[in-house]
Amino acid sequence: MKGLVPYLTGGIRPDWTRYLREYERNGATAIEIGLPFSDPILDGPTIQEASDRALRAGASVATILAEVAATKMTIPLIAMTYYNLVVHRGPELFCRELADAGITGLIVPDLPIDEAGALAAAAEKHGVDLTLLAAPTTQPDRLAEIARRSRGFIYAISVMGTTGERDQIAESGIRLAGELRRLTDKPVLLAFGISRPEHAAAAAGVCDGVVVGAALMRRILDGGTPEELGAVLGGFRRALDSVAV
Amino acid sequence: MSDLVLPAERVMAEPGELGRFGEHGGRFVPESLVPACARLEEGFREAWSDPSFHRDLERLLTVYAGRPTALTPAWRLSAELGITVLLKREDLAHTGSHKINNVLGQALLARRMGKTRLLAETGAGQHGVATATAGALLGLGVTVYMGEKDIERQALNVFRMKMLGAEVVPVTSGSRTLKDATSEAMRAWVTCLDEAHYCLGSVMGPHPYPWMVREFQRVIGDEARRQSAAELSTGIPDYVVACVGGGSNAAGTFAGFADTGARLIGVEAAGGAAVASGRTGVLHGFRSYLLQDENGQVSEAHSIAPGLDYPGVGPEHAYLNDIGRARYVTVSDEEVVPAVHRLARTEGILPALESAHAIAWVIRAAESGELPPFSTVLVTLSGRGDKDVATLMEAPAPTGAPAPTGAPVPTGAPVPTGAPAPMEAPALKEAPALKEEQ
Ligand SMILES: Cc1ncc(COP(=O)(O)O)c(C=O)c1O
Repeated sequence: MKGLVPYLTGGIRPDWTRYLREYERNGATAIEIGLPFSDPILDGPTIQEASDRALRAGASVATILAEVAATKMTIPLIAMTYYNLVVHRGPELFCRELADAGITGLIVPDLPIDEAGALAAAAEKHGVDLTLLAAPTTQPDRLAEIARRSRGFIYAISVMGTTGERDQIAESGIRLAGELRRLTDKPVLLAFGISRPEHAAAAAGVCDGVVVGAALMRRILDGGTPEELGAVLGGFRRALDSVAV
Repeated sequence: MSDLVLPAERVMAEPGELGRFGEHGGRFVPESLVPACARLEEGFREAWSDPSFHRDLERLLTVYAGRPTALTPAWRLSAELGITVLLKREDLAHTGSHKINNVLGQALLARRMGKTRLLAETGAGQHGVATATAGALLGLGVTVYMGEKDIERQALNVFRMKMLGAEVVPVTSGSRTLKDATSEAMRAWVTCLDEAHYCLGSVMGPHPYPWMVREFQRVIGDEARRQSAAELSTGIPDYVVACVGGGSNAAGTFAGFADTGARLIGVEAAGGAAVASGRTGVLHGFRSYLLQDENGQVSEAHSIAPGLDYPGVGPEHAYLNDIGRARYVTVSDEEVVPAVHRLARTEGILPALESAHAIAWVIRAAESGELPPFSTVLVTLSGRGDKDVATLMEAPAPTGAPAPTGAPVPTGAPVPTGAPAPMEAPALKEAPALKEEQ
């Protein structure tokens, strides 16, 4: 089964963990939970706004992890956050707290491999998979190293740009996924700009799954309920399942 | 600790491939930007070792930017304070601040690397104006990201940028100041790496920016070193003082004196004092001291000087602080406004609010006795205050400010009434011509 990983900004609403349940029920294979940061430099307007809203509502790493721990989930949960929040607690304590809350994966978009040593070690010690990102501009040598050092899967950023909805999946993303799959047996997930079920279906031909972020978060910002979002995710699931690969 | 003088080759040196200054610096950017940073580093290393690049840059700095800038003794302020104050006059550089030095360097580099556009962030607008200027000069398109709040308070500079042909993009996220403009410029950069160079305005950001910008600003310190050798009987000033936002004018100034016994003082705004009140963090591609709340969220900085309204500080400053080579102090908004007025009245120089932080500290330190009598103090005047006039019109007039007319010298100062230049300052080698006119 192709991976389907919805992204959700932690603390976006008081009942935010209900989205986790709905995503789980509607075909998510894992969920990426954003620990909101004040300065998300790889995020476009939608996720920036979501982070802002969650922070203004009082969300913090501690409150979000506590709520995650209280929500018994069966699929893997992956934290996504910026490196300052890791540095603030220290990689060691940060990873221990993730593990204690039942989170088994971690993505830090502003931490390239050259600087990732300390966090990679701490993550490994606590049984957290530090997943690394690859971009369309990454050179072949470096791509191989990212593929080798990434844990869990490889996060392929499809576009040169920030998170946000797009009309189609970028050619650069298709190319990157192809290159990565030649380099490694680890799952390659395509992220950024997967906005409609058709995109997911198209991506399924070149990668092992997709991350859907801004398209879901925009609906949540517009007031979409957990049930409604679960139904939207279900549409992505069906599209992925409809392609025979 | 503050007496520690490390060998010249270790202080303010080349930060190596990882761009480290002790535990600070580095390159904490999204993977998409890593190749661009690496190529820029390569391009800078190559240009910086090429005599023809230096020749081009020096020529522009001379015939266009107006370098070398003067080193002006602040005669009357010196007499009032009982010390010798020398002002390194970056306010006299084209576009009115030190920002032009860095921008001409980066713009030349960008052109050399085949870029057709410059992106920049700006707070006070000085860096934006400098970038717009260099873009016009070298035929490069310019887009400047600026927080909405700064657009309001720096209307004059916004108008200047537009006249120079730059596009000014308002940034509405977060605190709507320099921090958010920087984030937005980095987001934009990812989308146009092939044709655009991100012209960062201070000694911050991912490697190689902190190092490269310091090298482009080194001209301030190198000139000041030569000029103070000519001006002072002691050759080297006892103190070298500069304001610190990101820290580029301070880094450039300090670079000229890092291997001397001069005490280096960086002056931060009390509401944006990353060294004094921050803790280690990572923002905008580098590790340094950063203002943040108890949850690790970046705090908003507050300063009357928009150029100091940044929650972080360049990584090399964090390092200079850690090893005790430089000392970082703070000045409040309330001390800055009187310092502007005082320099205007004593020397006929209206400093930028940013620069006035350095002046305010010198005044405070001299008056409190922290600066021993007869000390020699070099202060970098990073820019002129024209851009701040609207803010100053609204700021409460300093208590005890001299009346607009009447005695030109505050009472109590050891200066003959009406004298343009009391030559009390013993450390100066030779009296300027003004003396004969007395
Ligand atoms: C006149 C002036 N001085 C100082 C600064 C602070 O920058 P830095 O610390 O990089 O010199 C600015 C920034 O805009 C400025 O315009």
